Amino acid sequence: MQRLLLALLSGGLFGAGLFVSGMTDTTKVQGWLDVFGNWDPTLAFVMGGAIVPMFFAWRLTSGRAPLVGGDFPDAPRPEMDHRLITGSVLFGMGWGLAGLCPGPAIASLSYNGSGGFIFMGAMLLGMGLAPIAGRQLDGLAAKV
Amino acid sequence: MEMDWVWGLVGGGLIGLGGAVFLLGNGRIMGASGIIGGLIDGSGRSNTAERLAFLVGVVVMPMMLLPLYEGGVDTHLTSNIGVIIAAGLLVGVGTRIANGCTSGHGVCGISRLSLRGIVATVFYILAGGLTIVLFRHILGVI
Repeated sequence: MQRLLLALLSGGLFGAGLFVSGMTDTTKVQGWLDVFGNWDPTLAFVMGGAIVPMFFAWRLTSGRAPLVGGDFPDAPRPEMDHRLITGSVLFGMGWGLAGLCPGPAIASLSYNGSGGFIFMGAMLLGMGLAPIAGRQLDGLAAKV
Repeated sequence: MEMDWVWGLVGGGLIGLGGAVFLLGNGRIMGASGIIGGLIDGSGRSNTAERLAFLVGVVVMPMMLLPLYEGGVDTHLTSNIGVIIAAGLLVGVGTRIANGCTSGHGVCGISRLSLRGIVATVFYILAGGLTIVLFRHILGVI
C-alpha cells in the first residue's frame, strides 16, 4: 500500500511539475527545439530545475535502501549501443513533429482534446511495436 | 512571457521531487516511457499496480490544477492528424528502443551523470531540432 501511495505522490508531483512549467504546451517544446526561429529557453530551466533535486536524491542512495525495501537501481551501464542512438533519434523526430514526449502527453490527457488521445493511441501502438522494430534494427546493425 | 522561466524552474523542481520520491521511496527510476511502456509490452507485469498508481497521479494532478487557470490552458497541439499519428508512433517506438525519454534519460540519467542518459539526450534534442528545421523552415508542414 505504501508503495502505491508513494507512486501516486510521485506521479502527482511529476504531473504538477509538467503542468505549471508549461511543458504540456507544445509551442514551448517546439520553441526550445527551434533554434533558428523564435527560440524559447523555458525547457532548459525545467530540465535544470528537475536535475538539481534528482542529483541530491542519487547522492542519498549510497549506503541506504529504498523506503519500502528492496534495492536501488543498478549503476548505469557504461556501454553505448545502436539501440540507444537510433531509438533516441526516432524519439527526437516525433518529439519535434508534435512537441509532445511521453510525460506531457500523459499529463495533458484531460485537456488536450481528441488530438491528445490520438497521439496517446499512436504512442502506445508504437510502444507495442518496439520489440519487433528493435529486433529488425539489431539485424541491420549486425550487417553494418 | 518573462515569467515563463520562473514557472519552468518551479515546475522542474516539482518534477525532480517526483523523481526523488520514486527513487528514494520505491527504489525506481521515474521514466514516463518505461512506466507506461512496461504495461504495453508486458515487461512490467510484476508491478502493474505501482505503474498505474503513478500514471493516475500524472493525469489527475493537472486536472485538479486546471481550474486555477482562468481561461484554461491551451496545448497548441497541431490539428494535422497525420502529423499527430506519425509523431506518436515515432515517440512510442523510439523511447522504447532507446529505453528512455526526457524523464528517464534526461532528468534521471543526467542527474546521476550516466553517459547513456547524456548521449541519448544529445541525440533526441539534435533529432528534434533538425526535424523542426526540416518540417517547419524548409517544408513548412508544422
